[in-house]
Amino acid sequence: MKVLVAVKRVIDYNVKIRVKPDHSDVDLTNVKMAMNPFCEIAVEEAVRLKEKGVATEVVAVTVGPKAAQEQLRTALALGADRAIHVETDVPVESLAAAKVLAKVVEEEQPGLVILGKQAIDSDNNQVGQMLAALAGLPQGTFASEVVIENDKAQVTREIDGGLQTVELTLPAIVTTDLRLNEPRYAKLPDIMKAKKKPLDVKSPADLGVDIAGRVKLLKVEPPAERQAGIKVGSVDELVEKLKNEAKVIS
Amino acid sequence: MSILVLAEHHDGQLSSATAHVVAAAKQIGGDIHVLVAGEGVAAIAEAAAKLDGVAKVRVADHAVYAHQLAEPLGDLLVELAGDYGHVLAAASTTGKNVLPRVAALKDVGQLSEIIAVESADTFRRPIYAGNAIATVQSEDALKVITVRATAFDAVGEAGGASIEAVESVVDNTRSTFVKEALAESDRPELGSARVVISGGRGMGNGENFKLLDGIADKLGAAIGASRAAVDAGFVPNDMQVGQTGKIVAPDLYIAVGISGAIQHLAGMKDSKVIVAINKDEEAPIFQVSDYGLVADLFQALPELEQKL
Ligand SMILES: Cc1cc2nc3c(=O)[nH]c(=O)nc-3n(C[C@H](O)[C@H](O)[C@H](O)COP(=O)(O)OP(=O)(O)OC[C@H]3O[C@@H](n4cnc5c(N)ncnc54)[C@H](O)[C@@H]3O)c2cc1C
Ligand SMILES: Nc1ncnc2c1ncn2[C@@H]1O[C@H](COP(=O)(O)O)[C@@H](O)[C@H]1O
Repeated sequence: MKVLVAVKRVIDYNVKIRVKPDHSDVDLTNVKMAMNPFCEIAVEEAVRLKEKGVATEVVAVTVGPKAAQEQLRTALALGADRAIHVETDVPVESLAAAKVLAKVVEEEQPGLVILGKQAIDSDNNQVGQMLAALAGLPQGTFASEVVIENDKAQVTREIDGGLQTVELTLPAIVTTDLRLNEPRYAKLPDIMKAKKKPLDVKSPADLGVDIAGRVKLLKVEPPAERQAGIKVGSVDELVEKLKNEAKVIS
Repeated sequence: MSILVLAEHHDGQLSSATAHVVAAAKQIGGDIHVLVAGEGVAAIAEAAAKLDGVAKVRVADHAVYAHQLAEPLGDLLVELAGDYGHVLAAASTTGKNVLPRVAALKDVGQLSEIIAVESADTFRRPIYAGNAIATVQSEDALKVITVRATAFDAVGEAGGASIEAVESVVDNTRSTFVKEALAESDRPELGSARVVISGGRGMGNGENFKLLDGIADKLGAAIGASRAAVDAGFVPNDMQVGQTGKIVAPDLYIAVGISGAIQHLAGMKDSKVIVAINKDEEAPIFQVSDYGLVADLFQALPELEQKL
């Protein structure tokens, strides 16, 4: 079974972002970029499926600028066999990413596609579900466990009230939640080897996909800053303040 | 132009989130219809019909919609969406699971987790874990939107909307429900509690979360957790507050043994009053808290319980 993994280049999750002074967008110049943490989990899951003998090939794919090849190389270093870069400098909205991925799914015919549940830049949480809809495949989102058996995937999902398990007929789409696994770090020899693994570059036009945006970004502002309050010296003082100053308890 | 709101419900009850989403729909303006989809949902439909501002409740009552699986629910919404200018749902795990399917099948974008309505096509939403707020305008004819419930005040119960059955039934052969393990608790829901008390890695282990129980009892609070506490196995995943967990905005949030990582703050910094109890006076959580107590939680919590 072939496993396709979608990865996105985003700001490193440790970086505190700044909004541009003209409020046109966030400022990404000289900011450390990385693979979206949920995509790291997706790659890890695919590689583990290969190590278990369930997957025969792991293909990593991204839609984005030239620099996103760094994240594909990371995926290759982590154990993916080859990579597909759909290159574009236009900002890629979720629907456009899903359309491109649907074409790649059509060409590659994977048995399983693993995506992150959410990109930590847009916080959209859309692409996996959109891809599932466009490709006509079942979806198991926010997965904390995936078991592949007899052409079926049993996916345990993190839902608001607890956990839900669904069974999907393969091929299927899975999106990862944080507790699915703990991604490994790439080792230096693997990073060197990854440089030689195949990486295919295409354009959205090659795939016949129109990636024009649908949503206009009018303005980006910093959130209302919370002012740090005071330090209280004791539990007594805390209770007194909550009762008489903040009036949130009685 | 009309608006279709997907009702959120669990255990045979309409969730409070729906009243918040209807509030967002009222701000957009237009006839508001609520879709209740599930199995055995007549009582839920009646509750939805009482919500202020709702003109009509449409009920799709069939086994295929039990457990609200994304595939059939998405297909049903796609079938109904043609009558509407907006389709809204709560940014819950159900809404997030289903709505992007509707958007994709209608070939439109989706706006996730809006926190304000500027006009019928322009909305505000947090990005980068809430470290920036984007104002976005949808250029699509149909707007598919998930709504952050805590950002809108719930509508009251005034109405008496008509209730109408949706006759058509979609089928689903691709996914099946296997089981559900739902947390049982007598406490209020995290998302709608007036007071939330959360524990972090500093709690040390799951057993110690009991230290929060007595305080939660006295305050009528829900109990939450940081991801570190969930990852360490102290408590189940449904308690996680943050960018990738639940978003809360109670009147009072008490963070205990939580350092205040941006991903945690993303889920609670819109709380009215924030209290932090942490033994490290440099912990970033103190930068957003109204009242900070530098103390060992193992001393502070029993004392707090006693003095409340
Ligand atoms: C993609 C991504 C998404 C994430 N999403 C979330 C999310 O949704 N929610 C979330 O919470 N995190 C999330 N995180 C994790 C986040 O980055 C932090 O790692 C996490 O919030 C830390 O949890 P913590 O504050 O409990 O633990 P720590 O950072 O380890 O802090 C523990 C605190 O307890 C204090 N302490 C220890 N012992 C005591 C004591 N006896 N008395 C008093 N204080 C004590 C310490 O001083 C310290 O400040 C995410 C991370 C990533 C990468
Ligand atoms: N431009 C992209 N290229 C490849 N995969 C993407 C892209 N955008 C999103 N994804 C995938 O979809 C997941 C969810 O992203 P989103 O829906 O944008 O929050 C990510 O974790 C990726 O796995």
